[in-house]
Amino acid sequence: QKVSVDVLDHLEHLALVDFRDSEGVERLQKAIQFADQLQEVNTDGVEPMDSVLEDRCLYLREDDVTEGNCTKELLENAREKVEEYFVAPPGNIPLPKLEERETFLQGS
Amino acid sequence: AALKDGLRSQVSAALKEGRVTPTELCQRCLALIKSTKFLNAYITVAEETALKQAEESEERYKRGQPLGVLDGIPVAVKDNFNTAGIETTCASNMLKGYISPYNATVVQKLLDQGAVLLGKTNLDEFAMGSGSTDGVFGPVRNPWSYSKQYKEKSVPKSHSEDEESNWVITGGSSGGSAAAVSSFTCFAALGSDTGGSTRNPAAHCGVVGLKPTYGLISRHGLIPLVNSMDVPGILTRCVDDAAVLLGSLAGHDPKDSTTVQDDFTPFELPDLSDVSKLSIGIPKEYHAPGLSSEILALWSKAADLFKNAGAKVVEVSLPHTRYSIVCYHVLCTAEVASNMARFDGLEYGHRSDMKDSTEGMYAATRREGFNDVVRGRILSGNYFLLKQNYEKYFVKAQKVRRLIANDFVKVFRSGVDILLTPTTLSDAAPYTEFIQEDNRTRSAQDDILTQAANMAGLPAINVPTALSERGLPVGLQFIGRSFQEKQLLTVAKWFEKQVQFPVIQLEEVKRHDSGVFQHQKFASFS
Repeated sequence: QKVSVDVLDHLEHLALVDFRDSEGVERLQKAIQFADQLQEVNTDGVEPMDSVLEDRCLYLREDDVTEGNCTKELLENAREKVEEYFVAPPGNIPLPKLEERETFLQGS
Repeated sequence: AALKDGLRSQVSAALKEGRVTPTELCQRCLALIKSTKFLNAYITVAEETALKQAEESEERYKRGQPLGVLDGIPVAVKDNFNTAGIETTCASNMLKGYISPYNATVVQKLLDQGAVLLGKTNLDEFAMGSGSTDGVFGPVRNPWSYSKQYKEKSVPKSHSEDEESNWVITGGSSGGSAAAVSSFTCFAALGSDTGGSTRNPAAHCGVVGLKPTYGLISRHGLIPLVNSMDVPGILTRCVDDAAVLLGSLAGHDPKDSTTVQDDFTPFELPDLSDVSKLSIGIPKEYHAPGLSSEILALWSKAADLFKNAGAKVVEVSLPHTRYSIVCYHVLCTAEVASNMARFDGLEYGHRSDMKDSTEGMYAATRREGFNDVVRGRILSGNYFLLKQNYEKYFVKAQKVRRLIANDFVKVFRSGVDILLTPTTLSDAAPYTEFIQEDNRTRSAQDDILTQAANMAGLPAINVPTALSERGLPVGLQFIGRSFQEKQLLTVAKWFEKQVQFPVIQLEEVKRHDSGVFQHQKFASFS
């Protein structure tokens, strides 16, 4: 059962990484095949496990401000900034559709 | 002190008595790092800051006020831990040039104890891999490739195929840390362990690799792979040293809410003389397909060792063992898909020149920054998390996880104290052979014996046991009950004493160790 181009395209949108080439797509196919082995296990009545520490109470601290004021340090690693802002290209522009995008999937 | 000495027993005493100074130790390690550069174990060597730390340590020793056993001890840290002022790359283009603004909690703890941070070690990109071969700075070479023991056993090839092509991998993903400890360039190193990434290279490099219980040591500052399984790992040359490191790192961290709030008291390991009250479990499913007959024999011999010493040795069953790796595959890729979403070029790391749109810039940045392995896992993870797949894969894997964890609970409840298993299926493979298969296949093969402990959050340790027929290290693994590190390490220490694993005979190390201290009588390599 091969993954459809629609789903592959959808994945590239969600993940914002590309499959790059047929090897990348093949890699996903193999990964799904591998994961399908899970279906062999009987999990009737079994609760999903989020964390091995599920029986403990999570640590909550007091709502006191104990650190911060590190704007300078945080901005240092950003490539594009203006005053105390990180600068991003225009938002609200979705990734181009499959036909208009530079992606390996175009030929599929 | 010789580079191979134990921390608490020998080096600490030598430092206190002034027989060696922190600066000398630091310089010796730095020199050895330079002459073993071909191992490619280090990504960044922080020479200046290390020497400064060594000087400060020396001052403290002169005043008779060392901070503890770790004061002045050279250590190395895997390059997925944040280190303030030092580049942290995760062996990826995505973080090349990224200078951490803070120290990971475990790094801070080491520095607070006076440890000397020599540098950051090499790994698979973002800790994804079992060979330390898939990072952007190239693969790490196993120091044993250059050992007398390996060379003696190597079939002499034609003169054109010299040792250049014969070298073996370190295992991974904490290969750089394992190689650093194994080649004596540091006394201890930090790794990380999500599916076996500390224990696997420890086994291949002949060093002790400890995976602590999940929740014991803070992950704050460890760039996450799988939040519900990651732990910082400890790599040392002997079990006692691992206990020293554990003592300085364990404990609740308010900055990591997944650390337990129980009090932790550092401990020294007793010298166990009587093992008759111990019950050792041998999980039959760990006789996995592909396990080399050599390792099977060693495992059997180890079980007999315990039996002959009076311990109760029983075969046990962990029925869901073989699904652990599939379960890991789904949960890991799912968490990776989420964790890697933070790398978009906006606040740190690599940023593409693409300016058309935010999404466009993110996509381009991630295309340029991540290697195939990382991208593959992100895409797989996103697939398993799709609405139509969520129940079938992600939730299903979480259910299987519970079954795996319960397997262990049942066994420990039946009276077994410690489990004894192999760590790897075979000794280290030659690099040229290892890269014939892709990363996912290799990881699936190599993590099979180590992964379940991460699934269940249990502590586990690799103890170097013997040399294989090829002259390479083979280790065995002990898995303990949650938060029972003291018992686990005590048994491991007893076993270590019984097997007397040989010291690696490296030309470079011999030169450095005897050269500087010719005038002093110290234990040398035999």
